[in-house]
Amino acid sequence: MLKRAKTWGPGVLLLAPTIILVGVFVYWLIIENFRVSLTNQHTAKPSSKYVGFENYSNLLADPNFQHSLMNLLILTVVFLGGTLIFGFLWAWILEQPAKGEGFFRSVYLFPMSISFIASGVVWRWLLSSLQTSQPGGERTTGLNRLLDSVGLGALQNDWWSNPNWGIAAIAVPAIWQLSGYVMALFLAGFRGIPDELREAARIDGCSEWKLYRHVIFPQLSPVMLSAVIIIGHMSLKLFDLIRAIVPDANTYDVQVPATLMWVKYIGSDYADAAAIGSILLVLVALVVIPYLIHTSRAEKR
Amino acid sequence: MTTATVDNKNRLRSAEDMASDAKRDGKRRMNRTLKYALLLFFVIMVLLPAYVLIITSFKGTADADPSRAWFLPKVWETGGWVKAWTTLAPSLGRTLVLVVPSALISAFLGSINGYVLSKWRFPGANIIFTMILFGMFIPYQAVMIPLTQLVSDLGVPQGIPSLMLLHVVYGLPICTLIFRNYYASVPDELIEAARMDGAGILRTYGSVILPVSMPGFVVVLIWQFTSAWNDYLFAAFFSSGRNGPVTIALSFLAGGQLTDYAASMAGALIASVPTLIVYILLGKYFVGGLMSGSVKG
Repeated sequence: MLKRAKTWGPGVLLLAPTIILVGVFVYWLIIENFRVSLTNQHTAKPSSKYVGFENYSNLLADPNFQHSLMNLLILTVVFLGGTLIFGFLWAWILEQPAKGEGFFRSVYLFPMSISFIASGVVWRWLLSSLQTSQPGGERTTGLNRLLDSVGLGALQNDWWSNPNWGIAAIAVPAIWQLSGYVMALFLAGFRGIPDELREAARIDGCSEWKLYRHVIFPQLSPVMLSAVIIIGHMSLKLFDLIRAIVPDANTYDVQVPATLMWVKYIGSDYADAAAIGSILLVLVALVVIPYLIHTSRAEKR
Repeated sequence: MTTATVDNKNRLRSAEDMASDAKRDGKRRMNRTLKYALLLFFVIMVLLPAYVLIITSFKGTADADPSRAWFLPKVWETGGWVKAWTTLAPSLGRTLVLVVPSALISAFLGSINGYVLSKWRFPGANIIFTMILFGMFIPYQAVMIPLTQLVSDLGVPQGIPSLMLLHVVYGLPICTLIFRNYYASVPDELIEAARMDGAGILRTYGSVILPVSMPGFVVVLIWQFTSAWNDYLFAAFFSSGRNGPVTIALSFLAGGQLTDYAASMAGALIASVPTLIVYILLGKYFVGGLMSGSVKG
Protein backbone atom coordinates (compact mmCIF):
# COMPACT_ATOMS: atom_id res chain seq x y z
CA MET A 1 0.00 0.00 0.00
CA LEU A 2 2.78 2.41 0.99
CA LYS A 3 4.83 1.36 -1.99
CA ARG A 4 1.89 2.08 -4.24
CA ALA A 5 1.47 5.55 -2.78
CA LYS A 6 5.16 6.16 -3.40
CA THR A 7 4.90 5.09 -7.04
CA TRP A 8 1.72 6.91 -7.97
CA GLY A 9 1.67 9.66 -5.37
CA PRO A 10 3.83 12.24 -7.19
CA GLY A 11 1.81 11.90 -10.39
CA VAL A 12 -1.49 12.34 -8.62
CA LEU A 13 -0.03 15.29 -6.73
CA LEU A 14 1.00 16.99 -9.97
CA LEU A 15 -2.47 16.48 -11.39
CA ALA A 16 -4.12 17.73 -8.22
CA PRO A 17 -4.43 21.42 -9.20
CA THR A 18 -6.19 20.48 -12.42
CA ILE A 19 -8.38 17.87 -10.75
CA ILE A 20 -9.46 20.41 -8.14
CA LEU A 21 -10.04 23.21 -10.66
CA VAL A 22 -11.98 21.01 -13.05
CA GLY A 23 -13.81 19.42 -10.15
CA VAL A 24 -14.96 22.79 -8.86
CA PHE A 25 -15.41 24.76 -12.07
CA VAL A 26 -17.01 21.97 -14.08
CA TYR A 27 -18.60 19.32 -11.92
CA TRP A 28 -19.48 21.23 -8.78
CA LEU A 29 -20.85 24.13 -10.80
CA ILE A 30 -22.96 21.78 -12.91
CA ILE A 31 -24.54 20.47 -9.71
CA GLU A 32 -24.90 23.98 -8.31
CA ASN A 33 -26.50 25.16 -11.55
CA PHE A 34 -28.95 22.28 -11.35
CA ARG A 35 -29.76 23.26 -7.78
CA VAL A 36 -30.49 26.86 -8.79
CA SER A 37 -32.70 25.59 -11.60
CA LEU A 38 -34.89 23.86 -9.03
CA THR A 39 -35.53 27.06 -7.03
CA ASN A 40 -37.89 29.92 -7.65
CA GLN A 41 -35.16 32.55 -7.91
CA HIS A 42 -36.80 34.55 -10.69
CA THR A 43 -35.62 37.97 -9.50
CA ALA A 44 -32.36 39.47 -8.32
CA LYS A 45 -33.52 38.85 -4.75
CA PRO A 46 -31.94 35.63 -3.40
CA SER A 47 -34.42 32.88 -2.79
CA SER A 48 -33.90 29.22 -2.18
CA LYS A 49 -37.43 27.94 -2.14
CA TYR A 50 -37.40 24.71 -4.07
CA VAL A 51 -40.08 24.19 -6.65
CA GLY A 52 -38.93 20.88 -8.09
CA PHE A 53 -39.00 20.62 -11.86
CA GLU A 54 -41.54 23.40 -12.23
CA ASN A 55 -39.14 25.68 -14.13
CA TYR A 56 -38.41 22.88 -16.57
CA SER A 57 -42.04 22.03 -17.18
CA ASN A 58 -42.91 25.71 -17.57
CA LEU A 59 -40.09 26.19 -20.05
CA LEU A 60 -40.96 23.14 -22.09
CA ALA A 61 -44.59 24.26 -22.23
CA ASP A 62 -43.60 27.81 -23.26
CA PRO A 63 -44.10 28.36 -27.03
CA ASN A 64 -41.17 30.77 -26.96
CA PHE A 65 -38.85 28.09 -25.68
CA GLN A 66 -40.29 25.49 -28.05
CA HIS A 67 -39.59 27.89 -30.89
CA SER A 68 -36.00 28.29 -29.69
CA LEU A 69 -35.55 24.51 -29.63
CA MET A 70 -36.97 24.27 -33.17
CA ASN A 71 -34.56 27.01 -34.24
CA LEU A 72 -31.69 25.13 -32.64
CA LEU A 73 -32.62 22.01 -34.59
CA ILE A 74 -32.77 23.90 -37.91
CA LEU A 75 -29.52 25.71 -37.15
CA THR A 76 -27.73 22.47 -36.28
CA VAL A 77 -28.97 20.57 -39.32
CA VAL A 78 -28.08 23.36 -41.78
CA PHE A 79 -24.76 24.15 -40.08
CA LEU A 80 -23.75 20.48 -39.99
CA GLY A 81 -24.94 19.76 -43.51
CA GLY A 82 -23.21 22.83 -44.95
CA THR A 83 -19.85 22.32 -43.27
CA LEU A 84 -19.82 18.61 -44.13
CA ILE A 85 -20.65 19.24 -47.79
CA PHE A 86 -18.13 22.05 -48.31
CA GLY A 87 -15.52 20.48 -46.05
CA PHE A 88 -15.70 17.17 -47.86
CA LEU A 89 -15.84 18.74 -51.31
CA TRP A 90 -12.78 20.93 -50.71
CA ALA A 91 -10.81 18.10 -49.14
CA TRP A 92 -11.77 15.79 -51.99
CA ILE A 93 -10.64 18.26 -54.65
CA LEU A 94 -7.42 19.11 -52.80
CA GLU A 95 -6.67 15.52 -51.99
CA GLN A 96 -5.77 14.88 -55.62
CA PRO A 97 -2.39 16.40 -56.30
CA ALA A 98 -2.82 20.07 -57.20
CA LYS A 99 -0.52 23.00 -57.77
CA GLY A 100 -0.94 25.68 -55.14
CA GLU A 101 -2.69 23.29 -52.80
CA GLY A 102 -1.23 25.11 -49.80
CA PHE A 103 -2.67 28.42 -51.00
CA PHE A 104 -6.20 27.08 -51.44
CA ARG A 105 -6.07 25.28 -48.12
CA SER A 106 -4.93 28.43 -46.34
CA VAL A 107 -7.68 30.54 -47.89
CA TYR A 108 -10.41 28.04 -47.05
CA LEU A 109 -9.20 27.76 -43.48
CA PHE A 110 -8.53 31.41 -42.67
CA PRO A 111 -12.08 32.39 -41.51
CA MET A 112 -11.60 29.95 -38.64
CA SER A 113 -9.01 32.25 -37.03
CA ILE A 114 -11.44 35.18 -36.81
CA SER A 115 -13.92 35.77 -34.01
CA PHE A 116 -17.64 35.45 -34.65
CA ILE A 117 -17.97 38.99 -33.33
CA ALA A 118 -15.66 40.37 -36.02
CA SER A 119 -17.12 38.31 -38.86
CA GLY A 120 -20.60 39.13 -37.58
CA VAL A 121 -19.95 42.79 -38.39
CA VAL A 122 -19.78 42.08 -42.10
CA TRP A 123 -22.34 39.27 -42.19
CA ARG A 124 -24.90 41.46 -40.51
CA TRP A 125 -24.57 43.74 -43.49
CA LEU A 126 -24.40 40.94 -46.06
CA LEU A 127 -27.57 39.36 -44.66
CA SER A 128 -29.55 42.58 -44.73
CA SER A 129 -33.16 41.80 -45.58
CA LEU A 130 -33.96 44.76 -47.82
CA GLN A 131 -34.80 43.69 -51.40
CA THR A 132 -34.67 45.67 -54.62
CA SER A 133 -38.34 44.90 -55.28
CA GLN A 134 -39.42 46.46 -51.99
CA PRO A 135 -40.29 50.14 -51.61
CA GLY A 136 -37.00 51.91 -50.98
CA GLY A 137 -35.32 48.84 -52.39
CA GLU A 138 -32.72 50.85 -54.28
CA ARG A 139 -31.02 51.06 -50.88
CA THR A 140 -30.60 47.30 -50.84
CA THR A 141 -27.32 46.09 -49.39
CA GLY A 142 -25.39 42.90 -49.03
CA LEU A 143 -26.14 39.59 -50.68
CA ASN A 144 -29.53 40.72 -51.95
CA ARG A 145 -27.88 43.53 -53.92
CA LEU A 146 -25.23 41.15 -55.21
CA LEU A 147 -27.79 38.54 -56.27
CA ASP A 148 -29.79 41.22 -58.06
CA SER A 149 -26.78 42.59 -59.92
CA VAL A 150 -25.74 39.17 -61.23
CA GLY A 151 -29.28 38.44 -62.43
CA LEU A 152 -30.28 36.14 -59.62
CA GLY A 153 -32.72 38.64 -58.14
CA ALA A 154 -35.23 35.87 -57.60
CA LEU A 155 -33.00 34.43 -54.91
CA GLN A 156 -33.25 37.55 -52.79
CA ASN A 157 -34.87 36.91 -49.45
CA ASP A 158 -35.41 38.10 -45.90
CA TRP A 159 -32.45 36.16 -44.54
CA TRP A 160 -32.62 36.07 -40.76
CA SER A 161 -35.80 38.18 -40.54
CA ASN A 162 -37.92 35.26 -41.69
CA PRO A 163 -39.79 34.04 -38.58
CA ASN A 164 -39.74 30.36 -39.53
CA TRP A 165 -36.52 29.73 -41.39
CA GLY A 166 -34.53 32.86 -40.54
CA ILE A 167 -32.27 30.90 -38.26
CA ALA A 168 -30.95 29.02 -41.30
CA ALA A 169 -29.47 32.34 -42.50
CA ILE A 170 -27.41 32.46 -39.31
CA ALA A 171 -25.93 29.13 -40.37
CA VAL A 172 -24.53 30.74 -43.55
CA PRO A 173 -21.74 32.67 -41.81
CA ALA A 174 -21.18 29.74 -39.46
CA ILE A 175 -20.67 27.49 -42.48
CA TRP A 176 -18.38 30.12 -44.03
CA GLN A 177 -16.32 30.12 -40.88
CA LEU A 178 -15.99 26.39 -40.17
CA SER A 179 -16.08 24.53 -43.49
CA GLY A 180 -12.31 24.96 -43.71
CA TYR A 181 -11.94 23.21 -40.39
CA VAL A 182 -13.99 20.24 -41.55
CA MET A 183 -11.89 20.25 -44.73
CA ALA A 184 -8.74 19.99 -42.62
CA LEU A 185 -10.22 17.04 -40.76
CA PHE A 186 -11.17 15.26 -43.98
CA LEU A 187 -7.76 15.98 -45.53
CA ALA A 188 -6.12 14.34 -42.53
CA GLY A 189 -8.51 11.43 -43.02
CA PHE A 190 -7.64 11.09 -46.71
CA ARG A 191 -3.94 11.19 -45.91
CA GLY A 192 -4.44 8.37 -43.44
CA ILE A 193 -5.59 6.02 -46.18
CA PRO A 194 -2.59 4.14 -47.54
CA ASP A 195 -2.12 4.53 -51.31
CA GLU A 196 -1.56 0.80 -51.52
CA LEU A 197 -5.13 0.23 -50.45
CA ARG A 198 -6.45 2.24 -53.39
CA GLU A 199 -4.01 0.73 -55.83
CA ALA A 200 -4.97 -2.75 -54.68
CA ALA A 201 -8.63 -1.94 -55.16
CA ARG A 202 -7.98 -0.48 -58.61
CA ILE A 203 -5.95 -3.51 -59.67
CA ASP A 204 -8.83 -5.68 -58.55
CA GLY A 205 -10.91 -3.76 -61.07
CA CYS A 206 -12.83 -1.64 -58.62
CA SER A 207 -14.68 1.25 -60.24
CA GLU A 208 -14.03 4.69 -58.75
CA TRP A 209 -17.47 4.74 -57.17
CA LYS A 210 -17.00 1.29 -55.65
CA LEU A 211 -13.56 2.36 -54.42
CA TYR A 212 -15.15 5.23 -52.54
CA ARG A 213 -18.10 3.21 -51.37
CA HIS A 214 -16.13 0.27 -49.99
CA VAL A 215 -12.63 1.61 -49.24
CA ILE A 216 -12.54 5.37 -48.76
CA PHE A 217 -15.82 6.19 -47.03
CA PRO A 218 -15.42 3.51 -44.34
CA GLN A 219 -11.91 4.81 -43.66
CA LEU A 220 -13.23 8.33 -43.32
CA SER A 221 -16.06 7.55 -40.94
CA PRO A 222 -14.09 8.24 -37.71
CA VAL A 223 -13.18 11.69 -39.08
CA MET A 224 -16.77 12.28 -40.05
CA LEU A 225 -17.86 11.36 -36.51
CA SER A 226 -15.37 13.85 -35.03
CA ALA A 227 -16.66 16.56 -37.35
CA VAL A 228 -20.27 15.85 -36.43
CA ILE A 229 -19.48 15.97 -32.70
CA ILE A 230 -17.44 19.17 -32.92
CA ILE A 231 -19.75 21.10 -35.23
CA GLY A 232 -22.86 19.78 -33.50
CA HIS A 233 -21.76 20.84 -30.06
CA MET A 234 -20.57 24.20 -31.38
CA SER A 235 -23.99 24.73 -32.85
CA LEU A 236 -25.69 24.02 -29.51
CA LYS A 237 -23.50 26.63 -27.80
CA LEU A 238 -23.65 29.22 -30.58
CA PHE A 239 -24.27 32.61 -29.04
CA ASP A 240 -21.77 35.22 -30.17
CA LEU A 241 -22.53 34.97 -33.89
CA ILE A 242 -26.24 35.51 -33.31
CA ARG A 243 -25.53 38.41 -30.97
CA ALA A 244 -23.22 39.97 -33.55
CA ILE A 245 -25.65 39.69 -36.45
CA VAL A 246 -28.92 40.45 -34.68
CA PRO A 247 -28.55 43.47 -32.40
CA ASP A 248 -31.58 42.83 -30.20
CA ALA A 249 -30.97 39.79 -28.03
CA ASN A 250 -34.67 39.16 -27.67
CA THR A 251 -35.38 38.82 -31.39
CA TYR A 252 -37.88 36.01 -31.62
CA ASP A 253 -36.94 35.00 -35.18
CA VAL A 254 -33.47 33.79 -34.31
CA GLN A 255 -33.95 32.86 -30.66
CA VAL A 256 -32.07 29.73 -29.57
CA PRO A 257 -31.72 28.40 -26.01
CA ALA A 258 -28.27 30.02 -25.62
CA THR A 259 -29.59 33.51 -26.47
CA LEU A 260 -32.78 32.99 -24.47
CA MET A 261 -30.60 32.08 -21.49
CA TRP A 262 -28.79 35.42 -21.89
CA VAL A 263 -32.11 37.25 -22.01
CA LYS A 264 -33.21 35.52 -18.79
CA TYR A 265 -29.86 36.30 -17.17
CA ILE A 266 -29.96 40.02 -17.87
CA GLY A 267 -33.57 39.97 -16.66
CA SER A 268 -32.23 38.47 -13.38
CA ASP A 269 -34.35 35.34 -13.85
CA TYR A 270 -31.58 33.09 -12.55
CA ALA A 271 -33.70 29.98 -12.04
CA ASP A 272 -34.93 29.93 -15.63
CA ALA A 273 -31.46 30.78 -16.97
CA ALA A 274 -29.99 27.91 -14.97
CA ALA A 275 -32.69 25.55 -16.21
CA ILE A 276 -31.94 26.44 -19.83
CA GLY A 277 -28.25 25.84 -19.12
CA SER A 278 -29.03 22.40 -17.74
CA ILE A 279 -31.16 21.53 -20.76
CA LEU A 280 -28.30 22.51 -23.06
CA LEU A 281 -25.94 20.37 -21.01
CA VAL A 282 -28.22 17.35 -21.35
CA LEU A 283 -28.42 17.86 -25.12
CA VAL A 284 -24.63 18.04 -25.39
CA ALA A 285 -24.05 15.14 -23.01
CA LEU A 286 -26.39 12.88 -25.01
CA VAL A 287 -23.98 13.21 -27.92
CA VAL A 288 -20.62 13.67 -26.24
CA ILE A 289 -20.63 11.06 -23.46
CA PRO A 290 -21.12 8.06 -25.78
CA TYR A 291 -18.42 9.57 -28.00
CA LEU A 292 -15.94 9.93 -25.13
CA ILE A 293 -16.63 6.38 -23.94
CA HIS A 294 -16.28 5.11 -27.49
CA THR A 295 -12.91 6.80 -28.06
CA SER A 296 -11.50 5.85 -24.68
CA ARG A 297 -12.45 2.21 -25.39
CA ALA A 298 -11.02 2.37 -28.88
CA GLU A 299 -7.76 3.64 -27.43
CA LYS A 300 -7.43 0.76 -24.99
CA ARG A 301 -7.67 -1.75 -27.79
CA MET B 1 0.69 4.63 -39.53
CA THR B 2 2.10 1.33 -40.73
CA THR B 3 1.82 0.73 -44.43
CA ALA B 4 2.43 -2.39 -46.41
CA THR B 5 4.94 -1.61 -49.09
CA VAL B 6 4.32 -2.75 -52.60
CA ASP B 7 7.31 -3.00 -54.82
CA ASN B 8 6.17 -1.19 -57.89
CA LYS B 9 9.50 -1.21 -59.71
CA ASN B 10 9.64 -4.93 -60.20
CA ARG B 11 6.14 -5.26 -61.48
CA LEU B 12 6.04 -5.79 -65.20
CA ARG B 13 3.53 -3.52 -66.79
CA SER B 14 1.49 -4.95 -69.57
CA ALA B 15 0.43 -2.93 -72.59
CA GLU B 16 -3.11 -3.07 -71.30
CA ASP B 17 -2.07 -1.38 -68.07
CA MET B 18 -0.37 1.39 -69.98
CA ALA B 19 -3.40 1.97 -72.14
CA SER B 20 -5.71 2.29 -69.16
CA ASP B 21 -3.19 4.63 -67.53
CA ALA B 22 -3.20 6.85 -70.60
CA LYS B 23 -6.97 6.89 -70.58
CA ARG B 24 -7.01 7.88 -66.94
CA ASP B 25 -4.44 10.63 -67.58
CA GLY B 26 -6.60 12.05 -70.33
CA LYS B 27 -9.59 12.07 -68.06
CA ARG B 28 -7.55 13.78 -65.37
CA ARG B 29 -6.37 16.49 -67.71
CA MET B 30 -9.94 17.18 -68.74
CA ASN B 31 -10.90 17.45 -65.12
CA ARG B 32 -8.02 19.72 -64.27
CA THR B 33 -9.60 22.84 -65.77
CA LEU B 34 -12.83 22.10 -63.98
CA LYS B 35 -10.94 21.51 -60.76
CA TYR B 36 -9.12 24.83 -60.79
CA ALA B 37 -12.27 26.64 -61.84
CA LEU B 38 -14.03 25.16 -58.82
CA LEU B 39 -11.15 25.93 -56.47
CA LEU B 40 -11.04 29.53 -57.67
CA PHE B 41 -14.79 29.91 -57.40
CA PHE B 42 -14.63 28.82 -53.77
CA VAL B 43 -11.70 31.16 -53.10
CA ILE B 44 -13.81 34.07 -54.34
CA MET B 45 -16.73 32.92 -52.21
CA VAL B 46 -14.59 32.65 -49.09
CA LEU B 47 -12.85 35.99 -49.69
CA LEU B 48 -16.02 37.92 -50.55
CA PRO B 49 -16.76 38.99 -46.95
CA ALA B 50 -13.14 40.04 -46.50
CA TYR B 51 -13.37 42.15 -49.66
CA VAL B 52 -16.48 43.89 -48.38
CA LEU B 53 -14.86 44.53 -45.00
CA ILE B 54 -11.78 46.07 -46.55
CA ILE B 55 -13.42 48.30 -49.16
CA THR B 56 -16.14 49.52 -46.83
CA SER B 57 -13.65 50.36 -44.10
CA PHE B 58 -12.03 52.88 -46.48
CA LYS B 59 -15.24 54.63 -47.50
CA GLY B 60 -16.49 58.00 -46.37
CA THR B 61 -19.95 58.41 -44.88
CA ALA B 62 -21.58 59.41 -48.16
CA ASP B 63 -19.75 56.82 -50.19
CA ALA B 64 -20.89 53.98 -47.93
CA ASP B 65 -24.19 54.11 -49.78
CA PRO B 66 -25.85 50.72 -50.25
CA SER B 67 -26.28 51.22 -53.99
CA ARG B 68 -22.50 51.23 -54.33
CA ALA B 69 -21.99 48.55 -51.75
CA TRP B 70 -19.92 46.24 -53.91
CA PHE B 71 -17.81 48.92 -55.61
CA LEU B 72 -14.43 50.24 -54.61
CA PRO B 73 -14.41 53.57 -52.74
CA LYS B 74 -14.61 56.70 -54.92
CA VAL B 75 -12.09 58.31 -52.62
CA TRP B 76 -10.08 56.18 -50.20
CA GLU B 77 -10.63 57.63 -46.74
CA THR B 78 -9.17 56.63 -43.41
CA GLY B 79 -11.72 58.29 -41.15
CA GLY B 80 -13.28 54.93 -40.24
CA TRP B 81 -9.92 53.51 -39.29
CA VAL B 82 -9.08 56.49 -37.08
CA LYS B 83 -12.41 56.25 -35.29
CA ALA B 84 -12.12 52.48 -34.88
CA TRP B 85 -8.57 52.72 -33.62
CA THR B 86 -9.35 55.38 -31.00
CA THR B 87 -12.35 53.34 -29.81
CA LEU B 88 -10.61 49.97 -29.70
CA ALA B 89 -7.04 50.83 -28.68
CA PRO B 90 -7.56 50.61 -24.89
CA SER B 91 -9.34 47.27 -25.19
CA LEU B 92 -6.59 45.87 -27.42
CA GLY B 93 -4.02 46.43 -24.68
CA ARG B 94 -6.35 44.88 -22.10
CA THR B 95 -6.92 41.83 -24.27
CA LEU B 96 -3.20 41.26 -24.77
CA VAL B 97 -2.64 41.48 -21.02
CA LEU B 98 -5.45 38.97 -20.58
CA VAL B 99 -4.58 36.51 -23.31
CA VAL B 100 -0.81 36.04 -23.06
CA PRO B 101 -0.49 35.08 -19.37
CA SER B 102 -3.60 32.93 -19.35
CA ALA B 103 -2.38 31.04 -22.42
CA LEU B 104 1.03 30.51 -20.82
CA ILE B 105 -0.38 29.27 -17.52
CA SER B 106 -2.88 26.84 -18.99
CA ALA B 107 -0.27 25.58 -21.47
CA PHE B 108 2.20 24.90 -18.67
CA LEU B 109 -0.36 23.10 -16.51
CA GLY B 110 -1.55 21.19 -19.57
CA SER B 111 1.98 20.08 -20.28
CA ILE B 112 2.38 18.70 -16.74
CA ASN B 113 -0.98 16.94 -16.98
CA GLY B 114 -0.24 15.49 -20.40
CA TYR B 115 3.09 14.22 -19.13
CA VAL B 116 1.62 12.50 -16.08
CA LEU B 117 -1.32 11.07 -18.02
CA SER B 118 0.80 9.62 -20.81
CA LYS B 119 4.06 8.66 -19.11
CA TRP B 120 3.32 8.32 -15.40
CA ARG B 121 0.01 6.59 -15.63
CA PHE B 122 -1.64 5.49 -12.42
CA PRO B 123 -4.68 3.25 -11.86
CA GLY B 124 -7.74 5.22 -12.87
CA ALA B 125 -5.75 7.65 -15.03
CA ASN B 126 -8.03 6.98 -17.98
CA ILE B 127 -11.15 7.86 -16.03
CA ILE B 128 -9.55 11.06 -14.71
CA PHE B 129 -8.48 11.97 -18.22
CA THR B 130 -11.95 11.40 -19.66
CA MET B 131 -13.48 13.47 -16.87
CA ILE B 132 -11.07 16.33 -17.55
CA LEU B 133 -11.83 16.02 -21.26
CA PHE B 134 -15.55 16.39 -20.68
CA GLY B 135 -14.82 19.91 -19.44
CA MET B 136 -13.91 20.77 -23.02
CA PHE B 137 -17.33 19.86 -24.33
CA ILE B 138 -19.68 21.29 -21.73
CA PRO B 139 -21.75 24.22 -22.88
CA TYR B 140 -20.52 27.01 -20.61
CA GLN B 141 -24.13 28.14 -20.33
CA ALA B 142 -24.62 25.16 -18.01
CA VAL B 143 -22.27 26.60 -15.38
CA MET B 144 -22.63 30.31 -16.03
CA ILE B 145 -25.18 31.27 -13.38
CA PRO B 146 -23.33 29.79 -10.36
CA LEU B 147 -20.03 30.73 -11.97
CA THR B 148 -20.80 34.46 -11.76
CA GLN B 149 -21.59 33.90 -8.08
CA LEU B 150 -18.46 31.83 -7.44
CA VAL B 151 -16.13 34.33 -9.12
CA SER B 152 -17.54 37.19 -7.10
CA ASP B 153 -17.39 35.10 -3.88
CA LEU B 154 -13.72 34.43 -4.60
CA GLY B 155 -13.24 38.19 -4.71
CA VAL B 156 -11.87 38.22 -8.26
CA PRO B 157 -12.57 41.64 -9.81
CA GLN B 158 -14.81 41.85 -12.87
CA GLY B 159 -13.21 42.30 -16.25
CA ILE B 160 -9.70 41.16 -17.13
CA PRO B 161 -8.76 39.41 -13.84
CA SER B 162 -11.82 37.17 -13.77
CA LEU B 163 -11.55 36.44 -17.50
CA MET B 164 -7.91 35.45 -16.99
CA LEU B 165 -8.92 32.92 -14.35
CA LEU B 166 -11.68 31.50 -16.55
CA HIS B 167 -9.51 31.13 -19.65
CA VAL B 168 -6.91 29.28 -17.59
CA VAL B 169 -9.45 26.95 -16.00
CA TYR B 170 -11.53 26.17 -19.06
CA GLY B 171 -8.42 25.92 -21.24
CA LEU B 172 -7.02 23.09 -19.12
CA PRO B 173 -8.94 20.23 -20.80
CA ILE B 174 -7.82 20.99 -24.36
CA CYS B 175 -4.24 21.76 -23.27
CA THR B 176 -4.12 18.45 -21.43
CA LEU B 177 -5.52 16.60 -24.42
CA ILE B 178 -3.08 18.13 -26.90
CA PHE B 179 -0.04 17.49 -24.70
CA ARG B 180 -1.15 13.97 -23.86
CA ASN B 181 -1.40 13.12 -27.55
CA TYR B 182 1.88 14.89 -28.24
CA TYR B 183 3.81 13.07 -25.52
CA ALA B 184 2.47 9.74 -26.72
CA SER B 185 5.04 10.07 -29.53
CA VAL B 186 7.91 10.45 -27.05
CA PRO B 187 9.44 6.96 -26.61
CA ASP B 188 8.75 5.39 -23.22
CA GLU B 189 12.35 4.12 -23.20
CA LEU B 190 13.60 7.66 -22.62
CA ILE B 191 11.48 7.91 -19.49
CA GLU B 192 12.55 4.45 -18.34
CA ALA B 193 16.21 5.35 -18.78
CA ALA B 194 15.80 8.50 -16.70
CA ARG B 195 13.96 6.53 -14.02
CA MET B 196 16.77 3.96 -13.96
CA ASP B 197 19.19 6.78 -13.36
CA GLY B 198 17.16 7.61 -10.30
CA ALA B 199 15.43 10.69 -11.65
CA GLY B 200 12.07 11.41 -10.03
CA ILE B 201 8.94 12.55 -11.76
CA LEU B 202 9.92 16.23 -11.80
CA ARG B 203 13.56 15.68 -12.78
CA THR B 204 12.41 13.49 -15.65
CA TYR B 205 10.00 16.20 -16.75
CA GLY B 206 12.65 18.88 -16.63
CA SER B 207 15.45 16.94 -18.29
CA VAL B 208 13.63 14.66 -20.76
CA ILE B 209 10.15 15.97 -21.50
CA LEU B 210 10.45 19.74 -21.37
CA PRO B 211 13.34 19.97 -23.85
CA VAL B 212 11.31 18.17 -26.53
CA SER B 213 8.06 20.00 -25.80
CA MET B 214 8.58 23.06 -27.96
CA PRO B 215 6.33 22.02 -30.87
CA GLY B 216 3.62 21.01 -28.42
CA PHE B 217 3.80 24.39 -26.70
CA VAL B 218 3.57 26.20 -30.02
CA VAL B 219 0.38 24.37 -30.92
CA VAL B 220 -1.21 24.86 -27.52
CA LEU B 221 -0.24 28.51 -27.22
CA ILE B 222 -1.63 29.33 -30.67
CA TRP B 223 -4.84 27.53 -29.80
CA GLN B 224 -5.23 29.23 -26.43
CA PHE B 225 -4.25 32.63 -27.75
CA THR B 226 -6.78 32.43 -30.57
CA SER B 227 -9.68 31.12 -28.55
CA ALA B 228 -9.15 33.56 -25.66
CA TRP B 229 -8.71 36.48 -28.05
CA ASN B 230 -11.90 35.57 -29.89
CA ASP B 231 -13.99 34.76 -26.80
CA TYR B 232 -17.20 36.66 -26.40
CA LEU B 233 -19.37 34.51 -24.12
CA PHE B 234 -17.28 34.85 -20.96
CA ALA B 235 -16.49 38.45 -21.86
CA ALA B 236 -20.20 39.27 -22.07
CA PHE B 237 -20.93 37.75 -18.66
CA PHE B 238 -17.85 38.98 -16.83
CA SER B 239 -17.08 42.45 -18.13
CA SER B 240 -18.63 45.64 -19.34
CA GLY B 241 -17.48 48.06 -22.03
CA ARG B 242 -15.22 49.96 -19.65
CA ASN B 243 -13.13 46.97 -18.63
CA GLY B 244 -13.96 44.52 -21.40
CA PRO B 245 -11.70 42.86 -23.97
CA VAL B 246 -11.71 43.75 -27.64
CA THR B 247 -14.71 41.59 -28.61
CA ILE B 248 -16.87 43.59 -26.20
CA ALA B 249 -15.51 46.91 -27.42
CA LEU B 250 -16.14 45.86 -31.02
CA SER B 251 -19.69 44.78 -30.30
CA PHE B 252 -20.35 48.24 -28.83
CA LEU B 253 -18.75 49.96 -31.83
CA ALA B 254 -20.76 47.88 -34.31
CA GLY B 255 -23.92 47.24 -32.36
CA GLY B 256 -25.76 50.56 -32.37
CA GLN B 257 -28.79 51.35 -34.49
CA LEU B 258 -26.98 54.16 -36.34
CA THR B 259 -23.90 52.18 -37.21
CA ASP B 260 -20.92 53.86 -38.81
CA TYR B 261 -20.23 51.13 -41.35
CA ALA B 262 -16.73 52.27 -42.22
CA ALA B 263 -15.69 52.42 -38.57
CA SER B 264 -17.25 49.12 -37.53
CA MET B 265 -15.71 47.27 -40.48
CA ALA B 266 -12.31 48.84 -39.80
CA GLY B 267 -12.81 47.80 -36.16
CA ALA B 268 -13.55 44.21 -37.17
CA LEU B 269 -10.32 44.18 -39.16
CA ILE B 270 -8.31 45.67 -36.31
CA ALA B 271 -9.74 43.14 -33.86
CA SER B 272 -8.78 40.30 -36.21
CA VAL B 273 -5.20 41.35 -36.92
CA PRO B 274 -3.50 39.49 -34.03
CA THR B 275 -5.14 36.13 -34.73
CA LEU B 276 -4.62 36.60 -38.49
CA ILE B 277 -0.92 37.23 -37.92
CA VAL B 278 -0.71 34.08 -35.83
CA TYR B 279 -2.54 32.18 -38.55
CA ILE B 280 -0.38 33.49 -41.38
CA LEU B 281 2.93 32.98 -39.57
CA LEU B 282 2.12 29.73 -37.83
CA GLY B 283 -0.70 28.32 -39.95
CA LYS B 284 0.87 24.88 -40.09
CA TYR B 285 0.82 24.58 -36.30
CA PHE B 286 -2.64 26.13 -36.15
CA VAL B 287 -3.92 23.23 -38.21
CA GLY B 288 -1.97 20.87 -35.96
CA GLY B 289 -3.81 22.31 -32.98
CA LEU B 290 -7.17 21.89 -34.64
CA MET B 291 -6.36 18.29 -35.41
CA SER B 292 -5.11 17.32 -31.99
CA GLY B 293 -8.21 18.89 -30.52
CA SER B 294 -10.34 16.43 -32.39
CA VAL B 295 -8.66 13.50 -34.02
CA LYS B 296 -6.99 11.30 -31.50
CA GLY B 297 -3.67 9.64 -32.01
